[in-house]
Amino acid sequence: MSTMTDPAVTAATDLRDDEELRRARGRRINGIARWVLPIALLALTLFWWHWVVTVNQIPHYVLPGPMLVAQTLVEDFATLAGSWWITIQVTFMALFLAVTVGVGLAILFNQSRLVEMSFFPYAVVLQVTPIIAIAPLIFIYVVDINLGLFTIDAQLVGLLICAWIVAFFPILSNTTLGLNSADHNLRDLFSIYGATRWQKLRYLQLPSALPYFLGGLRIAGGLSLIGAVVAEFVAGTGGVGSGLAFRILESSYRLQIPRMFAALFLIVLTGVAIYLAITWLTHVLLHKWHESAIKRET
Amino acid sequence: MTEATIAKAGSRPSLLQMQGVTKVFGGDVVALRGMDLDVRLGDFISLLGPSGCGKSTALRLISGLTHPTAGRIRWDGPHGTDDLGVVFQEPTLMPWATVEDNVFLPLRLKGKRKAEVQAAIDAALALVGLDAFAGAYPRELSGGMKMRVSIARAMVTRPKLILMDEPFAALDEITRFKLNNDLLAMRQAIGCTVIFVTHSVFESVFLSDRIVIMAARPGRVIRELQVDAPYPRTEEFRTSAEYAAHCRAASDALHEAMGDAA
Repeated sequence: MSTMTDPAVTAATDLRDDEELRRARGRRINGIARWVLPIALLALTLFWWHWVVTVNQIPHYVLPGPMLVAQTLVEDFATLAGSWWITIQVTFMALFLAVTVGVGLAILFNQSRLVEMSFFPYAVVLQVTPIIAIAPLIFIYVVDINLGLFTIDAQLVGLLICAWIVAFFPILSNTTLGLNSADHNLRDLFSIYGATRWQKLRYLQLPSALPYFLGGLRIAGGLSLIGAVVAEFVAGTGGVGSGLAFRILESSYRLQIPRMFAALFLIVLTGVAIYLAITWLTHVLLHKWHESAIKRET
Repeated sequence: MTEATIAKAGSRPSLLQMQGVTKVFGGDVVALRGMDLDVRLGDFISLLGPSGCGKSTALRLISGLTHPTAGRIRWDGPHGTDDLGVVFQEPTLMPWATVEDNVFLPLRLKGKRKAEVQAAIDAALALVGLDAFAGAYPRELSGGMKMRVSIARAMVTRPKLILMDEPFAALDEITRFKLNNDLLAMRQAIGCTVIFVTHSVFESVFLSDRIVIMAARPGRVIRELQVDAPYPRTEEFRTSAEYAAHCRAASDALHEAMGDAA
């Protein structure tokens, strides 16, 4: 941490008794273990997987070993990378739509109780409808969307709608809750100072809703990926949207199970990356003031 | 406002009057009945009474957050949202904003840009002795410091009237005494009128020149006491015989109010 020449630090060090030193040692060990243990467990899991496959001589079209999956991932990466990129694109476009529409609706609902009463039921209906059941219909309904500069292919529109339906509800419900959670005394204060609706929203409700929104975003991030993959499963092999789900279907038809596992690995990797990115974003936005992100020295 | 005008009660011009103000909640709960109060410019009025006596309701009525069921509140002369500052029992700061931005809030809501009112913000922070903490976040401050920020925010617009709703009730006694002293000094510096809700006899006697004793069920005014000790009041006032006599008088009046209610 600090240099040993700093007198304040030296003095503080001298004050520590045996028990405190033992606690400090415990903290240091804990700090190392936090990284070493998960990695060791991961290595152990992979080894166990490898061992089960080898000892039981499981054929690779039933369960490929980790080495084979890794090897396939490297060999087929050229094919998989293209599909991966498509899945990533759909996921992020759907997440973007979920955030804009979710936050937009939450603000609208918050501003007008009447609008909320009228439209919230539809949001719930969308949320509880099994997407897998209606997805095939959605792909029949959609058409190419011409935006002037470029055209969005109907297949992509269908994928986006499916992924969006799955992902937007947590954003909507969490942000709605957050907008309504502003401190009552602060609301009174804004009223006393004659704040406009817009000022209340901008300076009080949106900051109050931020932690709630980020909680919703963390759920929606994973759901938009799941939505994108599930929708593509339904869309099947027709069309251009040959993302990772298409590769998984294709591999299972051809009994290329190692390649299916490689594609699954990429999906999992994407999901974990999205989760970590949102966790980081949450930390950046909240660590200065919100209880959830504050570390206390004990 | 100078000390001379603060010292001479009675001759001061009127700021606002509550005339027969009654507030009924839910059709049958009488929170306040027939309250008359003539608030004069430069007054330091304490509303003292047990819980349920309508003292907080009186503040909400004056602040315009709620409207009287009967009676009226009349301001003398023009008055805008600039003329009122409020301090709640909780510091009520925005946790996501720095101390400076919290104090800036009333001016921001007036459409002011920070650069043009920086001097006013700095002055308000200096007044409460927190100029070194402008960039800190509320969570980094102690309870007493948070309350100081809240006071600075109420004073930044240089309002004619500041309403304080048991602002020091949640603080420890040492901090409370210190803030009592400082509050009087701040009031002296900007010369505003204060209406201060409290359930502490000692606090009300130390701070105010008028104590309005209130009783509960229904909330109403029992009587008004004058504390004619001159400002500035210091620690010596707290230990004087005069102070003790005023405390006794207020305490007796309060007992009368409580006995009446029981």
